[in-house]
Amino acid sequence: MSDAVKHAGLNLGATDEETHEQAESELFGFWVFLMSDAVIFALLFATYGVMLPATVGGPTPASEYKIAPAFVETLILLTSSFTYGMASIAMKHGEPRRVLLGWMGATLGLGVVFLGLELHDFATMFGDGAWPSRSGYLSSFFALVPLHGLHVLVGCVWLVVMAAQVLTFGLDARVKINLLRLGLFWHFLDIVWIAIFSVVYLQGLIR
Amino acid sequence: MTQGLWPALLGRFDWQALPFVRAWETPTVSEIIGAGAASIVIVGAIGLMALLTYLHAWRYLWKEWLTSLDHKRIGIMYVVLAFVMLSRALVEAVLMRMQQASAIDAPGFVEPDHFAQLFSTHGSIMIFFMAMPFLTGVINYVTPLQIGARDVAFPLLNSISLWLTGGAAGLMMVSLVIGRFSTGGWSGYPPYTELAFSPDVGPDYWIWAVTLGSVASTLTGLNFATTIYKMRCPGMTLMRMPLFVWTALCTSILMIFAMPPLTVATALLALDRYLGAHFFTNDLGGNMMMYANLFWLFGHPEVYILILPAFGVYSEVVSTFSSKELYGYTSLVLATMAIAVLSFTVWVHHFFTMGQNANLNAVFGIATMTIGVPTGVKIYDWIWTMFRGEVRFTVPMLYSLAFMMTFVLGGFTGILLAFPPLDYLVHNTLFLVAHFHNMLIPGTLYGMLAAYHYWFPKAFGFRLNERWGRISFGCWVVGFYTAFMPLYVLGASGAARRTQAFYEPAFRPWLYVAGVGALILLGALASLFVQLWISIRDRDANRVFAGDPWDGRGLEWSVSAPPPEFNYAVLPQVAARDPFFDGKRAGDPYAAPATYEDIEVPRNSMTGPVIGIVGAALAFALVWHIWWLAILCALGIVAAVIARSFARDVHRTVTAAEVARIDRHWRAAVAEAKPIPRHIETTSANRGLAEVPA
Ligand SMILES: [Cu+2]
Repeated sequence: MSDAVKHAGLNLGATDEETHEQAESELFGFWVFLMSDAVIFALLFATYGVMLPATVGGPTPASEYKIAPAFVETLILLTSSFTYGMASIAMKHGEPRRVLLGWMGATLGLGVVFLGLELHDFATMFGDGAWPSRSGYLSSFFALVPLHGLHVLVGCVWLVVMAAQVLTFGLDARVKINLLRLGLFWHFLDIVWIAIFSVVYLQGLIR
Repeated sequence: MTQGLWPALLGRFDWQALPFVRAWETPTVSEIIGAGAASIVIVGAIGLMALLTYLHAWRYLWKEWLTSLDHKRIGIMYVVLAFVMLSRALVEAVLMRMQQASAIDAPGFVEPDHFAQLFSTHGSIMIFFMAMPFLTGVINYVTPLQIGARDVAFPLLNSISLWLTGGAAGLMMVSLVIGRFSTGGWSGYPPYTELAFSPDVGPDYWIWAVTLGSVASTLTGLNFATTIYKMRCPGMTLMRMPLFVWTALCTSILMIFAMPPLTVATALLALDRYLGAHFFTNDLGGNMMMYANLFWLFGHPEVYILILPAFGVYSEVVSTFSSKELYGYTSLVLATMAIAVLSFTVWVHHFFTMGQNANLNAVFGIATMTIGVPTGVKIYDWIWTMFRGEVRFTVPMLYSLAFMMTFVLGGFTGILLAFPPLDYLVHNTLFLVAHFHNMLIPGTLYGMLAAYHYWFPKAFGFRLNERWGRISFGCWVVGFYTAFMPLYVLGASGAARRTQAFYEPAFRPWLYVAGVGALILLGALASLFVQLWISIRDRDANRVFAGDPWDGRGLEWSVSAPPPEFNYAVLPQVAARDPFFDGKRAGDPYAAPATYEDIEVPRNSMTGPVIGIVGAALAFALVWHIWWLAILCALGIVAAVIARSFARDVHRTVTAAEVARIDRHWRAAVAEAKPIPRHIETTSANRGLAEVPA
């Protein structure tokens, strides 16, 4: 085994060098993908910033955002990152499969609760007449925040698929690499949410 | 639209969407041209299917090509796609020039709306479905070979990218037959492309075709950045990579960062059109400037996505055909990176006239001019590479020389446009059209054609016909100058771009000359096809199985032509910048390895074609508001991805014995071939083994 730095958290066990190299480039590629995804979010943040004053007499950030649910959603998402971290550790140290699945299940549960709360927020906003078609500001809000929600939904589906793969294949190299990718994705969503919480909700309420 | 079975099943389709019906009802020349184009698509598609059925080629095509994950085959399919789309877009260009030449104080034969569709499809196709597939194809074919890799980092993703591009191109073709295309130009500026002004399906075709294409390019970018970064053979350090690989890397990085802005721009425009959002509308807080910024945040780097790979090709070609090491390698690498970075800092020069303050324009004007510096460095490097070299004027070399002269000219007019006050004078005139064709034809098309001639023998095992190559080259160059130099004059005289008819008789001679130029360019394309046909006919006389017809320098010339599926029987070890060239001079690069090992190659997969076809169907359903189909297709894509993630048996082993057999067969052929000196390398004596001068 070479002394090159391996990807953090990568434990493929006593497998051959080629698999390790393969894993390296697969994870590197996923980092690149996240970077490109981050560009999309950055541009939507910029759009939101530009469109923020364009409320044209309709609902405003101050009238629509509620701090309590946004804060609870933040806590839930942070916790889900923690539970996924525990899943990663369980995978790395080869703990029994039910431990790994347990932590994955907890992550999935938190993700679903987060989505439910977010949908509830949107429903409340719709109730106030805050539709995406109402103003430029609302259009940009509903491009940015639900896109993050959509990512969480993808993450949830991915969790289910991975649980099925753990049950079908056990922890073979491909399952492990995919669990690591899913981990990167899930933590990335956490970071994006922190940005949304600060830039959208907190800033909107301070105004 | 009222309730009923029809809109539920077919969305907003009605019979008027078919150009044949329109041509039947109002048989003007314009409508008949439209119907004619549609019938070419239909007859072409049916004819192709009939031919394939007649030849019993479906199975072969599906098993060996369409589902292939081999980067070489994927590369070739990209280039085929590029040639098909080039043919269509060039014919459209000729049609537009003929219309303008006939429409001086007269209506001409193409109606304004039809003309607007022509320039929109011409631009969109040339950028997204000709240039991008062409360069992606060349990168696909060449890069893994040049870095000594067996394949790309993500072979399946590569196939998916190809098929998304193919699906998007298919959507462009469908728009000829069902409905109509956007009239909003290749940049699709709202609010013109908003529902209020263009309620028909045209802008939707544009949105989804471009979106599929840009997603595919993002994936290609991440695939090749990873490939180049992680898959280089032992000893291939970054500063030993061939310059083409450097440009491929920078282009990939540009794709990763510059395609997302386009995706965001088209997605937000789609939200406006489909959900009544107000990003770019004129009312309720919409802000069209957001679109201009997002689009050109993609659009300017895109120019360098298109041009950098051609720079790489020229570096390879000039060095090979001057029989000299590339002059100033390090400065070329630095210049490439500088251009890549600077390309993100200049996007405002596309809308100097949109009312921001003069200081901002000045900053972006200066930033724009800065790009001339690294580009100039490159030109000098190529000239110094030729200096005191043994320059051979082969077809790829001719393209490189024509590029150097023509591109510099275009660069000068670019500097003119970078002065905001001057830009105000010629903004939106044919001067701009002349300028960017002056950059993109030598800067992309000549480069890709040079690459096509240079690497064709590697890909297919025989050389292209030299004489017809020269004829075609002559037509491209003469045609370019005849077609576009008059546009500088016209633009400086105030002729607006995208104009269907002119009312200034003084424009007449220039429009005529430009029209003749367009015809010469059509002749250039035709002679390329003649060349291909003659080359295939005479292939036995021009075989170069030994694999090194030009006394090549990089690793790609050190394997057979065409290379085996696994590229390298034994992965090469690199110790210097021109490994194969040095190897030939230092000893015997064709010495057989001691042992062979099993090699794993990716199994073919139908995931790529399925995702591409279903993706195109999804786009079509969205264009026509056929919601049940859209939902079905979206679920289909998700299902395909999940199903594929459960596939485990994705590799196939080529046994050591098989590898040895293939490799020994080639080495025997090399041992038998007669080395040829450079001065007769364009004759039939060239069997792919270059003589190594002392
Ligand atoms: Cu530009």
